[in-house]
Amino acid sequence: MRILSWAYLALMFAFILLPVAVLVVFSFQDGRLPVPPFKGPTLEWYAKVLADRDLMAALGNSMLVALASSAVSVLLGFLAAAGFARARLPGSALLRGLIIAPMTVSYLIIGLGLLQAVNWIGLRPSLMATGIGHVVINLPLCFAILAASIGAPQQSALRAARDLGAGERQVLSLVLAPMIAPSLAAAFFLSFTFSWDEFIIAFLLTRFDVTLPVEIWSMLRSGLSPETNAVGALVFLVSVLVVVTLELLLFRKAAK
Amino acid sequence: MTADVEIRAVEHRFESFTALQRIDLQIAAGEFVVLLGPSGCGKTTLLSLIGGFLTPSEGQILIGGRDMTHVGPKLRPTTTMFQDYALFPHMTLRDNVGFGLRMRGRARRDHDAKAMEMLDMVGLADKAGRKPHALSGGQRQRVALARALAVEPDVLLLDEPLGALDLKLRRQMQDELKAIQRRVGTTFVHVTHDQEEAMAIADRIVVMNGGRIEHCGTPEEVYLRPRTLFSAAFMGELNRLPVRPAGDGVDSPLGPLAVAPGAGILCLRPENVGLQGGFSLGPARLTEAAFFGAHHRCHFAPLAAPELRLVAHLPQGAHPEIGAEVELFGRDPVILTEAA
Repeated sequence: MRILSWAYLALMFAFILLPVAVLVVFSFQDGRLPVPPFKGPTLEWYAKVLADRDLMAALGNSMLVALASSAVSVLLGFLAAAGFARARLPGSALLRGLIIAPMTVSYLIIGLGLLQAVNWIGLRPSLMATGIGHVVINLPLCFAILAASIGAPQQSALRAARDLGAGERQVLSLVLAPMIAPSLAAAFFLSFTFSWDEFIIAFLLTRFDVTLPVEIWSMLRSGLSPETNAVGALVFLVSVLVVVTLELLLFRKAAK
Repeated sequence: MTADVEIRAVEHRFESFTALQRIDLQIAAGEFVVLLGPSGCGKTTLLSLIGGFLTPSEGQILIGGRDMTHVGPKLRPTTTMFQDYALFPHMTLRDNVGFGLRMRGRARRDHDAKAMEMLDMVGLADKAGRKPHALSGGQRQRVALARALAVEPDVLLLDEPLGALDLKLRRQMQDELKAIQRRVGTTFVHVTHDQEEAMAIADRIVVMNGGRIEHCGTPEEVYLRPRTLFSAAFMGELNRLPVRPAGDGVDSPLGPLAVAPGAGILCLRPENVGLQGGFSLGPARLTEAAFFGAHHRCHFAPLAAPELRLVAHLPQGAHPEIGAEVELFGRDPVILTEAA
Protein backbone atom coordinates (compact mmCIF):
# COMPACT_ATOMS: atom_id res chain seq x y z
CA MET A 1 0.00 0.00 0.00
CA ARG A 2 2.79 2.34 1.01
CA ILE A 3 4.66 1.73 -2.22
CA LEU A 4 1.48 2.26 -4.19
CA SER A 5 0.87 5.66 -2.61
CA TRP A 6 4.44 6.72 -3.33
CA ALA A 7 4.11 5.50 -6.89
CA TYR A 8 0.88 7.43 -7.24
CA LEU A 9 2.61 10.56 -5.94
CA ALA A 10 5.51 10.13 -8.36
CA LEU A 11 3.15 9.53 -11.25
CA MET A 12 1.11 12.59 -10.41
CA PHE A 13 4.18 14.83 -10.28
CA ALA A 14 5.48 13.32 -13.51
CA PHE A 15 2.14 14.08 -15.16
CA ILE A 16 2.19 17.66 -13.99
CA LEU A 17 5.87 18.41 -14.46
CA LEU A 18 7.02 16.27 -17.36
CA PRO A 19 6.06 18.72 -20.13
CA VAL A 20 7.92 21.53 -18.40
CA ALA A 21 10.89 19.30 -17.64
CA VAL A 22 11.11 18.22 -21.27
CA LEU A 23 10.90 21.82 -22.38
CA VAL A 24 13.69 22.89 -20.07
CA VAL A 25 15.93 19.87 -20.81
CA PHE A 26 15.77 20.31 -24.58
CA SER A 27 16.44 24.01 -24.31
CA PHE A 28 20.00 22.82 -23.59
CA GLN A 29 20.01 20.55 -26.67
CA ASP A 30 23.22 20.60 -28.64
CA GLY A 31 21.58 20.15 -32.02
CA ARG A 32 18.91 21.67 -34.26
CA LEU A 33 15.81 19.81 -33.03
CA PRO A 34 14.39 19.75 -29.50
CA VAL A 35 13.56 16.04 -29.63
CA PRO A 36 15.26 12.95 -28.21
CA PRO A 37 17.95 11.79 -28.17
CA PHE A 38 19.56 14.42 -25.93
CA LYS A 39 22.90 15.21 -27.50
CA GLY A 40 24.57 17.02 -24.68
CA PRO A 41 24.24 20.38 -23.00
CA THR A 42 24.93 23.79 -24.53
CA LEU A 43 23.97 27.37 -23.69
CA GLU A 44 24.05 28.32 -27.35
CA TRP A 45 20.26 28.74 -27.62
CA TYR A 46 20.09 30.94 -24.57
CA ALA A 47 22.80 33.13 -26.04
CA LYS A 48 20.83 33.32 -29.24
CA VAL A 49 17.61 34.20 -27.42
CA LEU A 50 19.26 36.92 -25.38
CA ALA A 51 20.80 38.36 -28.56
CA ASP A 52 17.45 38.32 -30.42
CA ARG A 53 16.25 41.92 -30.47
CA ASP A 54 12.63 41.08 -31.37
CA LEU A 55 12.39 38.57 -28.56
CA MET A 56 13.94 40.92 -26.05
CA ALA A 57 11.63 43.71 -27.18
CA ALA A 58 8.67 41.35 -26.76
CA LEU A 59 9.93 40.39 -23.31
CA GLY A 60 10.10 44.08 -22.36
CA ASN A 61 6.59 44.63 -23.76
CA SER A 62 5.22 41.70 -21.78
CA MET A 63 6.82 42.99 -18.62
CA LEU A 64 5.38 46.46 -19.19
CA VAL A 65 1.88 45.20 -19.97
CA ALA A 66 1.91 42.77 -17.02
CA LEU A 67 3.13 45.37 -14.51
CA ALA A 68 0.83 48.14 -15.67
CA SER A 69 -2.31 46.03 -16.12
CA SER A 70 -1.77 44.28 -12.76
CA ALA A 71 -1.29 47.61 -10.98
CA VAL A 72 -4.49 49.00 -12.52
CA SER A 73 -6.43 45.79 -11.78
CA VAL A 74 -5.35 45.78 -8.15
CA LEU A 75 -6.16 49.48 -7.72
CA LEU A 76 -9.63 49.18 -9.28
CA GLY A 77 -10.34 45.91 -7.47
CA PHE A 78 -9.26 47.48 -4.18
CA LEU A 79 -11.51 50.51 -4.64
CA ALA A 80 -14.48 48.33 -5.59
CA ALA A 81 -13.94 45.99 -2.62
CA ALA A 82 -13.57 48.96 -0.27
CA GLY A 83 -16.78 50.44 -1.65
CA PHE A 84 -18.74 47.26 -1.04
CA ALA A 85 -17.29 47.05 2.46
CA ARG A 86 -18.48 50.54 3.28
CA ALA A 87 -22.05 50.67 2.06
CA ARG A 88 -24.75 48.08 1.71
CA LEU A 89 -26.38 49.12 -1.54
CA PRO A 90 -29.66 47.74 -2.77
CA GLY A 91 -28.66 44.88 -5.05
CA SER A 92 -25.12 44.56 -3.62
CA ALA A 93 -25.09 40.85 -4.38
CA LEU A 94 -26.09 41.45 -7.98
CA LEU A 95 -23.41 44.13 -8.41
CA ARG A 96 -20.75 41.86 -6.95
CA GLY A 97 -21.88 39.12 -9.31
CA LEU A 98 -21.61 41.47 -12.27
CA ILE A 99 -18.05 42.42 -11.38
CA ILE A 100 -16.99 38.80 -11.01
CA ALA A 101 -18.94 37.57 -14.08
CA PRO A 102 -16.11 38.03 -16.67
CA MET A 103 -14.17 35.30 -14.82
CA THR A 104 -16.61 32.73 -16.22
CA VAL A 105 -16.24 33.84 -19.85
CA SER A 106 -13.46 32.35 -21.99
CA TYR A 107 -10.55 34.61 -22.94
CA LEU A 108 -11.32 34.02 -26.59
CA ILE A 109 -14.83 35.45 -26.26
CA ILE A 110 -13.58 38.38 -24.18
CA GLY A 111 -10.83 38.94 -26.77
CA LEU A 112 -13.36 39.04 -29.61
CA GLY A 113 -15.54 41.47 -27.71
CA LEU A 114 -12.54 43.64 -26.90
CA LEU A 115 -11.39 43.64 -30.51
CA GLN A 116 -14.73 44.98 -31.65
CA ALA A 117 -15.05 47.44 -28.77
CA VAL A 118 -11.52 48.74 -29.31
CA ASN A 119 -12.19 49.22 -33.03
CA TRP A 120 -15.47 50.92 -32.26
CA ILE A 121 -13.91 53.53 -29.97
CA GLY A 122 -11.12 54.05 -32.51
CA LEU A 123 -8.24 52.63 -30.50
CA ARG A 124 -5.72 50.79 -32.67
CA PRO A 125 -4.49 47.31 -31.69
CA SER A 126 -1.53 48.05 -29.45
CA LEU A 127 0.10 47.25 -26.14
CA MET A 128 -2.31 49.74 -24.57
CA ALA A 129 -5.29 47.82 -25.94
CA THR A 130 -3.76 44.56 -24.69
CA GLY A 131 -3.19 46.10 -21.26
CA ILE A 132 -6.83 47.16 -21.14
CA GLY A 133 -7.80 43.62 -22.13
CA HIS A 134 -5.72 42.22 -19.29
CA VAL A 135 -7.35 44.59 -16.82
CA VAL A 136 -10.70 43.26 -18.02
CA ILE A 137 -9.73 39.67 -17.22
CA ASN A 138 -7.78 40.40 -14.02
CA LEU A 139 -10.03 42.94 -12.35
CA PRO A 140 -12.66 40.31 -11.36
CA LEU A 141 -9.93 38.16 -9.85
CA CYS A 142 -8.44 41.06 -7.88
CA PHE A 143 -11.87 42.12 -6.71
CA ALA A 144 -12.72 38.59 -5.55
CA ILE A 145 -9.45 38.21 -3.63
CA LEU A 146 -9.63 41.63 -2.01
CA ALA A 147 -13.35 41.54 -1.20
CA ALA A 148 -12.80 38.20 0.53
CA SER A 149 -10.00 39.69 2.64
CA ILE A 150 -12.18 42.48 4.03
CA GLY A 151 -14.03 40.92 6.93
CA ALA A 152 -15.54 42.13 10.17
CA PRO A 153 -12.22 43.18 11.78
CA GLN A 154 -11.33 45.33 8.79
CA GLN A 155 -14.76 46.90 8.62
CA SER A 156 -14.64 47.61 12.29
CA ALA A 157 -11.23 49.27 11.96
CA LEU A 158 -12.55 51.37 9.07
CA ARG A 159 -15.43 52.52 11.21
CA ALA A 160 -13.05 53.42 13.99
CA ALA A 161 -10.83 55.37 11.59
CA ARG A 162 -13.76 57.40 10.30
CA ASP A 163 -14.95 57.96 13.84
CA LEU A 164 -11.51 59.36 14.70
CA GLY A 165 -11.80 61.86 11.87
CA ALA A 166 -10.06 60.16 8.95
CA GLY A 167 -11.15 61.15 5.44
CA GLU A 168 -11.91 58.45 2.87
CA ARG A 169 -8.48 58.68 1.26
CA GLN A 170 -6.76 58.35 4.64
CA VAL A 171 -9.04 55.48 5.61
CA LEU A 172 -8.02 53.58 2.48
CA SER A 173 -4.33 54.37 2.46
CA LEU A 174 -3.51 54.37 6.18
CA VAL A 175 -5.84 51.68 7.48
CA LEU A 176 -7.37 49.39 4.87
CA ALA A 177 -4.44 48.95 2.50
CA PRO A 178 -1.87 48.10 5.21
CA MET A 179 -4.34 45.74 6.89
CA ILE A 180 -4.88 43.70 3.74
CA ALA A 181 -1.37 44.13 2.31
CA PRO A 182 -0.75 40.35 1.86
CA SER A 183 -3.94 40.06 -0.19
CA LEU A 184 -2.98 43.07 -2.26
CA ALA A 185 0.35 41.39 -3.01
CA ALA A 186 -1.35 38.09 -3.83
CA ALA A 187 -3.78 39.81 -6.20
CA PHE A 188 -0.95 41.70 -7.86
CA PHE A 189 1.28 38.67 -8.42
CA LEU A 190 -1.55 36.46 -9.64
CA SER A 191 -2.62 39.16 -12.09
CA PHE A 192 0.98 39.52 -13.17
CA THR A 193 1.36 35.81 -13.99
CA PHE A 194 -1.95 35.69 -15.84
CA SER A 195 -1.07 38.72 -17.92
CA TRP A 196 2.48 37.43 -18.48
CA ASP A 197 1.22 34.10 -19.87
CA GLU A 198 -1.84 35.37 -21.69
CA PHE A 199 -1.89 34.71 -25.44
CA ILE A 200 -5.30 35.03 -27.11
CA ILE A 201 -6.18 38.57 -26.07
CA ALA A 202 -2.63 39.74 -26.77
CA PHE A 203 -2.72 38.02 -30.14
CA LEU A 204 -5.98 39.72 -31.11
CA LEU A 205 -5.12 43.15 -29.75
CA THR A 206 -1.49 43.69 -30.77
CA ARG A 207 -0.08 44.43 -34.17
CA PHE A 208 3.50 45.76 -34.39
CA ASP A 209 4.63 45.69 -30.78
CA VAL A 210 3.79 42.24 -29.51
CA THR A 211 4.04 40.48 -26.16
CA LEU A 212 6.25 37.48 -25.55
CA PRO A 213 3.62 34.72 -25.99
CA VAL A 214 2.66 36.21 -29.36
CA GLU A 215 6.31 36.39 -30.41
CA ILE A 216 6.84 32.78 -29.37
CA TRP A 217 3.82 31.75 -31.38
CA SER A 218 5.22 33.41 -34.49
CA MET A 219 8.55 31.62 -33.90
CA LEU A 220 6.70 28.30 -33.62
CA ARG A 221 5.19 28.82 -37.05
CA SER A 222 8.62 28.36 -38.58
CA GLY A 223 9.00 25.01 -36.82
CA LEU A 224 10.38 23.63 -33.58
CA SER A 225 13.81 24.70 -32.43
CA PRO A 226 15.66 24.53 -29.10
CA GLU A 227 15.50 28.34 -29.26
CA THR A 228 11.74 28.29 -28.59
CA ASN A 229 12.44 25.93 -25.71
CA ALA A 230 14.94 28.39 -24.30
CA VAL A 231 12.40 31.23 -24.50
CA GLY A 232 9.80 29.01 -22.92
CA ALA A 233 12.18 28.14 -20.12
CA LEU A 234 12.84 31.83 -19.48
CA VAL A 235 9.11 32.61 -19.39
CA PHE A 236 8.63 29.69 -17.03
CA LEU A 237 11.44 30.96 -14.81
CA VAL A 238 9.77 34.36 -14.44
CA SER A 239 6.44 32.71 -13.57
CA VAL A 240 8.15 30.48 -11.01
CA LEU A 241 9.84 33.46 -9.41
CA VAL A 242 6.52 35.28 -9.15
CA VAL A 243 4.74 32.26 -7.70
CA VAL A 244 7.52 31.64 -5.17
CA THR A 245 7.39 35.27 -4.06
CA LEU A 246 3.64 34.95 -3.68
CA GLU A 247 3.92 31.73 -1.68
CA LEU A 248 6.48 33.32 0.63
CA LEU A 249 4.22 36.31 1.21
CA LEU A 250 1.19 34.15 1.91
CA PHE A 251 3.09 31.72 4.09
CA ARG A 252 4.48 34.59 6.07
CA LYS A 253 0.94 35.81 6.61
CA ALA A 254 -0.25 32.35 7.63
CA ALA A 255 2.62 32.00 10.10
CA LYS A 256 1.71 35.22 11.89
CA MET B 1 -14.13 68.78 26.98
CA THR B 2 -17.67 67.78 27.58
CA ALA B 3 -21.13 68.41 26.20
CA ASP B 4 -24.73 67.49 26.83
CA VAL B 5 -26.71 65.26 24.50
CA GLU B 6 -30.37 65.66 23.69
CA ILE B 7 -32.41 63.04 21.92
CA ARG B 8 -35.64 64.55 20.62
CA ALA B 9 -38.46 62.25 19.52
CA VAL B 10 -36.04 59.94 17.74
CA GLU B 11 -37.48 57.00 15.89
CA HIS B 12 -35.44 54.52 13.90
CA ARG B 13 -36.62 51.85 11.53
CA PHE B 14 -34.66 49.12 9.77
CA GLU B 15 -36.84 48.29 6.79
CA SER B 16 -39.97 46.90 8.46
CA PHE B 17 -38.53 46.61 11.98
CA THR B 18 -38.84 49.59 14.31
CA ALA B 19 -35.73 49.55 16.50
CA LEU B 20 -36.52 52.75 18.39
CA GLN B 21 -39.95 54.19 19.04
CA ARG B 22 -39.96 57.96 19.66
CA ILE B 23 -37.25 58.17 22.26
CA ASP B 24 -36.71 61.33 24.27
CA LEU B 25 -33.63 61.51 26.44
CA GLN B 26 -31.51 64.24 27.96
CA ILE B 27 -27.96 63.51 29.00
CA ALA B 28 -26.19 66.20 31.01
CA ALA B 29 -22.61 67.26 30.27
CA GLY B 30 -20.14 65.16 32.22
CA GLU B 31 -22.69 62.52 33.10
CA PHE B 32 -21.96 58.77 33.01
CA VAL B 33 -25.07 57.26 31.48
CA VAL B 34 -25.60 53.56 30.91
CA LEU B 35 -28.06 52.27 28.33
CA LEU B 36 -29.18 48.94 29.74
CA GLY B 37 -31.40 46.30 28.25
CA PRO B 38 -31.61 42.85 26.73
CA SER B 39 -30.31 42.27 23.22
CA GLY B 40 -32.58 43.74 20.60
CA CYS B 41 -33.87 46.47 22.91
CA GLY B 42 -32.44 49.25 20.73
CA LYS B 43 -29.59 50.36 22.99
CA THR B 44 -26.85 49.83 20.41
CA THR B 45 -29.00 51.50 17.75
CA LEU B 46 -29.36 54.52 20.01
CA LEU B 47 -25.59 54.61 20.53
CA SER B 48 -24.97 54.38 16.77
CA LEU B 49 -27.37 57.27 16.26
CA ILE B 50 -25.49 59.43 18.77
CA GLY B 51 -22.18 58.46 17.13
CA GLY B 52 -23.43 59.30 13.65
CA PHE B 53 -23.13 55.77 12.24
CA LEU B 54 -26.87 55.80 11.62
CA THR B 55 -29.25 58.62 10.74
CA PRO B 56 -32.59 58.48 12.56
CA SER B 57 -35.74 57.93 10.53
CA GLU B 58 -37.33 60.74 12.52
CA GLY B 59 -36.38 63.16 15.26
CA GLN B 60 -33.29 65.13 16.16
CA ILE B 61 -30.03 64.58 17.98
CA LEU B 62 -28.35 67.58 19.58
CA ILE B 63 -24.86 67.51 21.02
CA GLY B 64 -23.74 70.57 22.97
CA GLY B 65 -26.88 72.34 21.74
CA ARG B 66 -25.98 71.87 18.06
CA ASP B 67 -28.12 69.78 15.73
CA MET B 68 -26.01 66.78 14.72
CA THR B 69 -28.78 64.67 13.20
CA HIS B 70 -27.24 64.62 9.73
CA VAL B 71 -23.55 65.01 10.59
CA GLY B 72 -21.29 62.00 9.94
CA PRO B 73 -19.07 60.39 12.62
CA LYS B 74 -15.98 62.14 11.25
CA LEU B 75 -17.27 65.61 12.14
CA ARG B 76 -19.06 64.80 15.39
CA PRO B 77 -17.50 65.67 18.75
CA THR B 78 -17.98 62.02 19.70
CA THR B 79 -15.72 59.00 19.60
CA THR B 80 -16.64 55.39 20.09
CA MET B 81 -14.94 52.60 21.94
CA PHE B 82 -16.00 49.52 20.01
CA GLN B 83 -16.90 46.14 21.39
CA ASP B 84 -14.10 44.44 19.45
CA TYR B 85 -11.75 47.39 20.19
CA ALA B 86 -11.11 47.90 16.44
CA LEU B 87 -7.44 48.70 16.97
CA PHE B 88 -5.27 49.09 13.88
CA PRO B 89 -3.18 45.89 13.90
CA HIS B 90 -0.39 47.29 11.72
CA MET B 91 0.30 50.29 13.94
CA THR B 92 2.13 50.56 17.24
CA LEU B 93 0.14 51.53 20.31
CA ARG B 94 1.58 55.05 20.04
CA ASP B 95 0.37 55.36 16.45
CA ASN B 96 -3.00 53.85 17.30
CA VAL B 97 -3.61 56.32 20.09
CA GLY B 98 -2.19 59.24 18.11
CA PHE B 99 -4.27 58.42 14.99
CA GLY B 100 -7.14 60.78 15.76
CA LEU B 101 -4.86 63.77 16.31
CA ARG B 102 -2.88 62.89 13.20
CA MET B 103 -6.15 63.01 11.25
CA ARG B 104 -6.73 66.45 12.70
CA GLY B 105 -3.50 67.54 11.06
CA ARG B 106 -1.45 67.87 14.25
CA ALA B 107 2.32 67.60 14.00
CA ARG B 108 3.92 64.26 14.77
CA ARG B 109 5.60 65.64 17.92
CA ASP B 110 2.22 66.80 19.26
CA HIS B 111 0.32 63.61 18.65
CA ASP B 112 3.15 61.44 19.91
CA ALA B 113 3.27 63.44 23.13
CA LYS B 114 -0.49 63.24 23.60
CA ALA B 115 -0.46 59.52 22.78
CA MET B 116 2.17 58.91 25.44
CA GLU B 117 0.16 60.93 27.95
CA MET B 118 -2.96 58.86 27.23
CA LEU B 119 -1.06 55.56 27.32
CA ASP B 120 0.39 56.64 30.63
CA MET B 121 -3.12 57.30 31.94
CA VAL B 122 -4.16 53.74 31.15
CA GLY B 123 -0.86 52.31 32.46
CA LEU B 124 0.61 51.17 29.15
CA ALA B 125 3.29 53.80 28.51
CA ASP B 126 6.02 51.15 28.63
CA LYS B 127 4.41 49.27 25.72
CA ALA B 128 4.02 52.26 23.37
CA GLY B 129 6.19 50.67 20.67
CA ARG B 130 4.35 47.33 20.67
CA LYS B 131 1.64 46.30 18.29
CA PRO B 132 -1.88 45.32 19.44
CA HIS B 133 -1.46 41.58 18.82
CA ALA B 134 1.19 41.47 21.55
CA LEU B 135 -1.36 42.58 24.17
CA SER B 136 -3.93 40.82 26.33
CA GLY B 137 -7.65 41.55 25.97
CA GLY B 138 -7.70 43.92 28.92
CA GLN B 139 -4.70 45.83 27.61
CA ARG B 140 -6.20 46.18 24.13
CA GLN B 141 -9.25 47.53 25.78
CA ARG B 142 -7.25 50.20 27.56
CA VAL B 143 -5.57 51.16 24.28
CA ALA B 144 -9.00 51.52 22.68
CA LEU B 145 -10.05 53.78 25.55
CA ALA B 146 -6.86 55.85 25.27
CA ARG B 147 -7.32 56.18 21.52
CA ALA B 148 -10.92 57.31 21.83
CA LEU B 149 -10.07 59.85 24.55
CA ALA B 150 -6.90 61.20 22.87
CA VAL B 151 -8.91 63.47 20.57
CA GLU B 152 -10.65 64.95 23.63
CA PRO B 153 -14.19 64.20 22.49
CA ASP B 154 -17.15 65.92 24.12
CA VAL B 155 -18.94 62.61 24.35
CA LEU B 156 -17.42 59.13 24.56
CA LEU B 157 -19.62 56.27 23.40
CA LEU B 158 -18.85 52.80 24.75
CA ASP B 159 -20.39 49.85 22.94
CA GLU B 160 -20.34 46.92 25.39
CA PRO B 161 -16.59 47.40 25.79
CA LEU B 162 -16.28 45.01 28.71
CA GLY B 163 -18.26 42.17 27.14
CA ALA B 164 -15.22 40.11 26.10
CA LEU B 165 -13.38 40.31 29.43
CA ASP B 166 -13.53 37.75 32.22
CA LEU B 167 -15.46 38.64 35.34
CA LYS B 168 -12.57 39.73 37.52
CA LEU B 169 -11.02 41.92 34.86
CA ARG B 170 -14.42 43.35 34.06
CA ARG B 171 -14.95 44.48 37.65
CA GLN B 172 -11.49 46.04 37.66
CA MET B 173 -12.09 47.85 34.35
CA GLN B 174 -15.42 49.14 35.62
CA ASP B 175 -13.66 50.87 38.47
CA GLU B 176 -11.02 52.23 36.11
CA LEU B 177 -13.58 53.51 33.63
CA LYS B 178 -15.42 55.29 36.40
CA ALA B 179 -12.20 56.83 37.74
CA ILE B 180 -11.06 57.95 34.28
CA GLN B 181 -14.47 59.42 33.54
CA ARG B 182 -14.32 61.48 36.74
CA ARG B 183 -10.85 62.64 35.82
CA VAL B 184 -11.49 63.73 32.24
CA GLY B 185 -15.06 64.92 32.82
CA THR B 186 -16.21 63.79 29.37
CA THR B 187 -19.81 62.68 28.97
CA PHE B 188 -19.80 58.86 28.80
CA VAL B 189 -22.63 56.91 27.20
CA HIS B 190 -22.11 53.22 27.85
CA VAL B 191 -24.12 50.31 26.48
CA THR B 192 -24.42 47.01 28.34
CA HIS B 193 -26.81 44.18 29.08
CA ASP B 194 -25.22 43.49 32.46
CA GLN B 195 -27.21 45.18 35.20
CA GLU B 196 -24.47 44.78 37.78
CA GLU B 197 -22.05 46.57 35.48
CA ALA B 198 -24.63 49.30 34.97
CA MET B 199 -25.07 49.81 38.69
CA ALA B 200 -21.32 49.76 39.27
CA ILE B 201 -20.50 52.62 36.93
CA ALA B 202 -23.56 54.67 36.07
CA ASP B 203 -24.60 58.07 37.34
CA ARG B 204 -27.86 57.31 35.62
CA ILE B 205 -29.26 54.12 34.11
CA VAL B 206 -31.58 54.11 31.11
CA VAL B 207 -33.44 50.81 31.05
CA MET B 208 -34.60 49.99 27.55
CA ASN B 209 -36.90 47.34 26.19
CA GLY B 210 -38.50 46.81 22.80
CA GLY B 211 -37.27 50.12 21.43
CA ARG B 212 -38.60 52.18 24.33
CA ILE B 213 -37.19 53.65 27.50
CA GLU B 214 -38.71 51.80 30.44
CA HIS B 215 -37.09 53.73 33.23
CA CYS B 216 -34.41 56.34 33.55
CA GLY B 217 -32.87 57.15 36.89
CA THR B 218 -30.01 56.69 39.32
CA PRO B 219 -29.03 53.09 40.09
CA GLU B 220 -30.82 53.39 43.46
CA GLU B 221 -34.03 54.64 41.86
CA VAL B 222 -34.03 52.04 39.15
CA TYR B 223 -33.32 49.21 41.55
CA LEU B 224 -35.38 50.23 44.56
CA ARG B 225 -38.24 52.12 42.96
CA PRO B 226 -38.61 50.66 39.47
CA ARG B 227 -41.24 52.29 37.35
CA THR B 228 -42.20 49.22 35.35
CA LEU B 229 -42.36 45.51 35.98
CA PHE B 230 -39.83 45.00 33.19
CA SER B 231 -37.18 47.22 34.69
CA ALA B 232 -37.87 45.78 38.15
CA ALA B 233 -37.28 42.25 36.85
CA PHE B 234 -34.31 43.23 34.67
CA MET B 235 -32.46 44.92 37.53
CA GLY B 236 -32.53 41.86 39.73
CA GLU B 237 -34.47 38.95 41.17
CA LEU B 238 -38.04 39.54 42.30
CA ASN B 239 -40.78 37.86 44.27
CA ARG B 240 -44.07 38.67 42.62
CA LEU B 241 -47.49 38.52 44.23
CA PRO B 242 -50.66 39.56 42.43
CA VAL B 243 -52.59 41.90 44.73
CA ARG B 244 -55.76 43.99 44.76
CA PRO B 245 -56.87 46.69 47.21
CA ALA B 246 -58.83 45.55 50.26
CA GLY B 247 -59.65 48.09 52.99
CA ASP B 248 -56.49 49.66 54.38
CA GLY B 249 -54.25 47.00 52.79
CA VAL B 250 -54.24 44.60 49.91
CA ASP B 251 -55.50 41.12 49.32
CA SER B 252 -53.00 38.56 48.04
CA PRO B 253 -52.68 34.79 47.65
CA LEU B 254 -51.01 34.86 51.07
CA GLY B 255 -54.05 36.55 52.60
CA PRO B 256 -54.44 40.25 53.48
CA LEU B 257 -51.17 42.19 53.64
CA ALA B 258 -50.58 45.45 55.50
CA VAL B 259 -49.20 47.56 52.66
CA ALA B 260 -50.56 50.73 51.01
CA PRO B 261 -53.52 49.73 48.81
CA GLY B 262 -52.92 49.23 45.11
CA ALA B 263 -53.73 46.81 42.32
CA GLY B 264 -51.16 44.92 40.26
CA ILE B 265 -48.08 42.94 41.13
CA LEU B 266 -46.45 43.31 44.51
CA CYS B 267 -42.68 43.12 44.00
CA LEU B 268 -40.27 42.19 46.77
CA ARG B 269 -36.50 41.82 46.31
CA PRO B 270 -35.12 38.66 47.99
CA GLU B 271 -33.05 40.77 50.41
CA ASN B 272 -36.27 42.49 51.52
CA VAL B 273 -37.85 39.24 52.63
CA GLY B 274 -36.73 38.01 56.05
CA LEU B 275 -37.50 36.98 59.57
CA GLN B 276 -38.31 40.54 60.61
CA GLY B 277 -39.41 43.61 58.73
CA GLY B 278 -42.19 46.02 57.97
CA PHE B 279 -45.15 43.77 57.33
CA SER B 280 -45.99 40.13 57.82
CA LEU B 281 -46.16 37.71 54.94
CA GLY B 282 -47.57 35.03 57.20
CA PRO B 283 -46.08 31.68 58.16
CA ALA B 284 -43.99 29.76 55.65
CA ARG B 285 -41.91 26.62 55.54
CA LEU B 286 -38.26 26.57 54.43
CA THR B 287 -37.93 24.13 51.54
CA GLU B 288 -34.39 24.77 50.30
CA ALA B 289 -31.36 26.77 51.33
CA ALA B 290 -27.99 27.43 49.72
CA PHE B 291 -24.98 29.32 51.03
CA PHE B 292 -23.85 32.12 48.72
CA GLY B 293 -21.04 33.58 50.78
CA ALA B 294 -22.54 36.95 51.57
CA HIS B 295 -25.98 35.46 52.28
CA HIS B 296 -28.10 32.33 52.38
CA ARG B 297 -30.52 32.02 49.52
CA CYS B 298 -33.67 30.38 50.89
CA HIS B 299 -36.85 29.15 49.25
CA PHE B 300 -39.99 29.34 51.38
CA ALA B 301 -43.39 27.81 50.73
CA PRO B 302 -46.09 30.01 52.34
CA LEU B 303 -48.56 27.90 54.31
CA ALA B 304 -51.46 29.90 52.87
CA ALA B 305 -50.39 29.12 49.32
CA PRO B 306 -48.06 26.11 49.39
CA GLU B 307 -47.60 26.07 45.61
CA LEU B 308 -45.93 29.51 45.67
CA ARG B 309 -42.25 30.00 46.40
CA LEU B 310 -40.77 33.07 48.03
CA VAL B 311 -37.03 33.64 47.66
CA ALA B 312 -35.31 35.30 50.57
CA HIS B 313 -31.70 36.25 51.18
CA LEU B 314 -31.03 35.71 54.87
CA PRO B 315 -27.91 36.94 56.69
CA GLN B 316 -24.96 34.58 57.16
CA GLY B 317 -25.51 31.86 59.75
CA ALA B 318 -29.08 32.88 60.39
CA HIS B 319 -31.32 30.51 58.57
CA PRO B 320 -33.70 28.00 60.12
CA GLU B 321 -33.62 24.23 59.55
CA ILE B 322 -35.07 22.95 56.32
CA GLY B 323 -38.71 22.09 56.92
CA ALA B 324 -39.02 24.59 59.77
CA GLU B 325 -42.01 26.90 59.85
CA VAL B 326 -41.32 30.57 60.51
CA GLU B 327 -43.14 33.84 60.06
CA LEU B 328 -41.82 35.83 57.10
CA PHE B 329 -41.77 39.60 56.85
CA GLY B 330 -41.35 41.95 53.91
CA ARG B 331 -39.88 45.43 53.52
CA ASP B 332 -40.00 48.15 50.86
CA PRO B 333 -42.77 46.70 48.71
CA VAL B 334 -43.44 48.15 45.26
CA ILE B 335 -46.73 47.56 43.47
CA LEU B 336 -46.53 47.74 39.68
CA THR B 337 -49.11 47.09 37.03
CA GLU B 338 -48.48 44.43 34.42
CA ALA B 339 -48.34 46.68 31.39
CA ALA B 340 -46.92 50.13 32.01
